[in-house]
Amino acid sequence: MPQSQSIALENEHDIAVARGEARAMAAQVGFRLVDQTRLATVASELARNVVKYAGRGRMIAHAVEGAAGRRGLRLVFEDTGPGIPDLAAAMRDGFSTGRGLGKGLPGSKRLVDEFEIESEVGRGTRVTVVRWT
Amino acid sequence: MSDGSRIPILKVGRVLIVPIQVDMDDRTVIQLQERILSELERTGARGVLIDISLLEMVDSFIGRVLSDIAAMARIMDARTVVVGMQPAVAITLVELGLELRGVDTVLNVDEGIKLLRDEFGIGGDAEGDLMQGELSAFASEPINRP
Repeated sequence: MPQSQSIALENEHDIAVARGEARAMAAQVGFRLVDQTRLATVASELARNVVKYAGRGRMIAHAVEGAAGRRGLRLVFEDTGPGIPDLAAAMRDGFSTGRGLGKGLPGSKRLVDEFEIESEVGRGTRVTVVRWT
Repeated sequence: MSDGSRIPILKVGRVLIVPIQVDMDDRTVIQLQERILSELERTGARGVLIDISLLEMVDSFIGRVLSDIAAMARIMDARTVVVGMQPAVAITLVELGLELRGVDTVLNVDEGIKLLRDEFGIGGDAEGDLMQGELSAFASEPINRP
């Protein structure tokens, strides 16, 4: 099984590829169906943010191992786009600068065990999420 | 993966039945919305039944479009029912914080047709029995019909 996969994110098709890859890797790692669905959904939300706000970037999926051999999936979404000026606002439910519902970031955070976001205006954004089996 | 267009729209009685059987990229979702609305206008259907039982994920984008379809169909005097959501999809939707505002959801196609018929009076005997209706329009037409 591949331990790591990188998916280029440049258009709507790539968003669908990213969520399909996240689901496939989640299945390989041994996640049950509902967790596969959570991870596919998170991948879809965060990949869309990359395409929508930065134009391009990538998703890197890693199968990881934690304490006591616990298995997990880490997804990293990174771009060199405009960055997020107000991270606290972006993490609030209902906040959106686009046409969305403002569910992308706060909703994704609820679907995973670990969620980290780094962003610098003018430099880009990296979102890292992990879910454990 | 869908190539963008071949989700069928079937007209049965006065209801459009839309079985979504593939993962859809965002453009396909928007195209489907446009096709449903133009089929509503063209056929005068009064109900839309969207079967998502094979859809493995509903994210905020698809959720918003489902709400939009229901709202737009309502303005065109049609009711929308979404049927067959998988439990894992429902759990994820709620955690994501989506409400599918304005969308009626039921367990399966039978329940969806019953809801349209009993609650909304769509597709009853006077209008041609829904259950015996003809499949009168496979959507083999161009996607972006004006």
